Amino acid sequence: MAETGLTYTVYDADHMTQAEIYGAVLTRLGGERPDIVALTADLAKSTKIGKFGEKYPERFFNVGIAEQNLFGVGAGLALAGFTPFISTFAVFTSLRAAEQVRTDICYQKLNCKIIATHSGVSFGQAGTTHHCTEDISVMRSFAGMTVIVPADGIETAKAVAACCDWEGPVYIRIGRGFEPRCYENDQYDFQIGKSIQMADGSDLTVIACGPSVQHAVEAAKVLKAEAGLSVRVLNMHTIKPIDKDAIISAVHDTRRIITAEDHSTIGGLGTSVAEVIAETGKSCLLRKLGIPDQFAIVGYPDDLYNHYKIDADGIIEAANAIMGTELEADEDWEDEF
Amino acid sequence: MSAEAQTCPALDAKELDRLRGLCRQARIDLLRSIANAGAGHTGGAMSLVEIVTALYFRVMRVDPARPDWPERDRFILSKGHSSPGLYAALAARGYFPKERLSEFDVAGGMLQGHPDMLKTPGIDMSTGSLGQGLSVGIGMALAGRLKGLNVRVFVLAGDGEMQEGQVWEAAMYAGFHKVSRLVLIVDCNSIQLTGRTDETLSLAPLAGKLEAFGWRCVECDGHDLADLVPALERAVAVEDGPVCVIARTEKGHGVSFIANRVEWHAKAPTPEQLAQAIAELEGAK
Repeated sequence: MAETGLTYTVYDADHMTQAEIYGAVLTRLGGERPDIVALTADLAKSTKIGKFGEKYPERFFNVGIAEQNLFGVGAGLALAGFTPFISTFAVFTSLRAAEQVRTDICYQKLNCKIIATHSGVSFGQAGTTHHCTEDISVMRSFAGMTVIVPADGIETAKAVAACCDWEGPVYIRIGRGFEPRCYENDQYDFQIGKSIQMADGSDLTVIACGPSVQHAVEAAKVLKAEAGLSVRVLNMHTIKPIDKDAIISAVHDTRRIITAEDHSTIGGLGTSVAEVIAETGKSCLLRKLGIPDQFAIVGYPDDLYNHYKIDADGIIEAANAIMGTELEADEDWEDEF
Repeated sequence: MSAEAQTCPALDAKELDRLRGLCRQARIDLLRSIANAGAGHTGGAMSLVEIVTALYFRVMRVDPARPDWPERDRFILSKGHSSPGLYAALAARGYFPKERLSEFDVAGGMLQGHPDMLKTPGIDMSTGSLGQGLSVGIGMALAGRLKGLNVRVFVLAGDGEMQEGQVWEAAMYAGFHKVSRLVLIVDCNSIQLTGRTDETLSLAPLAGKLEAFGWRCVECDGHDLADLVPALERAVAVEDGPVCVIARTEKGHGVSFIANRVEWHAKAPTPEQLAQAIAELEGAK
């Protein structure tokens, strides 16, 4: 297990961005694992993969501004037995180099770990070319690709460590800056594919990933205090393979589900949850919060999260709306779950 | 068979005769497999026959009994659609029985139209989407250097394929960083799907372009083994940077009615055409 000594504390999560924690964790892993190599396309500083390069220059490759070549070279290193960590912005990973990720890496089931930063609208001021609200949708459609969206810095450390021992290609999407910290401490069990219940509840369930997790936790507290609602919050940090059992339990126990993500409402977490709900055959109210079918406006990330209603305010509004919708009684509700 | 044991008898008349015989048979085998499937890229498969034969029977250090031997030389068929030519060479070299060539492009078979490394022994990288092989080859060469292994990497691209932008991202990297033990072979058969390469999007001067990117280039006749084999052997001996072997070839080489014809890019021979082609090839002994 590569997790030895990888304890990241609340202090770290409060003082380092997700990317900074990623760079530090990868550098530490590099000391334990000579098979790790790191690659980027001129974004060593922005993605913090350059930290690894400072310590292990012989195992670090900056290919220049050439993302297609980046993922191809990574595939070649993986074919020779290395474990490449490859980092650039989410938009260049999932769109410009999508075919190289699919064909060179996923098709061969190569052990490449892709850590993409500046996802969603976290690079809000940079504008549409640098937003990436499509990557979860793209990446989860690639056969064999595991897709992880850590909620905060602590979870980023755990995800990066865990992916080392997870066979095959992994896509981890993180933001640009400081994401609100979700966890009081690092003493929780992170397993790829297993969601984390941040709060239990029986009236409705909010399923969130990335920065929306902390907003969902906040919203649940407010809804409890102000409306007496019992809200379950699931941190669905792994989009694929998705934790079906947790979603099915949420359908059974609450019948009302809200999803929240810094991503398009098409193809991401909300769609993944909807697919599971649909297969239960049960009637369950679902509201998908995220970026609608449009290119996001420009602004500070927090303002954009508010604008697109994926922060606590937006989740509270959606919760009140979904609670106001009547559900027909279902005599067979307990059957076939 | 040890990997060293295969290295290089003198390239004398006898050796050239052996290689030519292998090429003649490879053309027959690949045409049979394409005719059997009723599909396949005949023209490009026939233009690379001498190149893959020279590599697998003479230049590359490989062991068919251990296709995943870590220290083997690597080959990437970046122009993956020309797979029937490679499959014929791999079967002849002993990676799998020749009867299995009948699985080409057949449902459930192990020989896909575009090579799949997870299905076919001897394939070092799945390819088919043009322009991607050189990048992967660079990764393999860098890995060999990191591990201290004398792994040599050969990437075979088509001349039409050189129109892909990623090729030049990769060429720029390999040239600037002097990635050695990396040989790019361009199968310059002058024809791409819709027409002649020079009339579609000319690459000229190909050597000049690559040299400007920091490569050394060697030009040779891609069907004359007496010219091709030394060119490949010289290229792989260069220790301080990448080398491109520009192999002048003819699409559909070896059969009169297929050679140098645009329409044979992706056409399968009928049974009559197959018989005629085999008769021609056998008559050329």
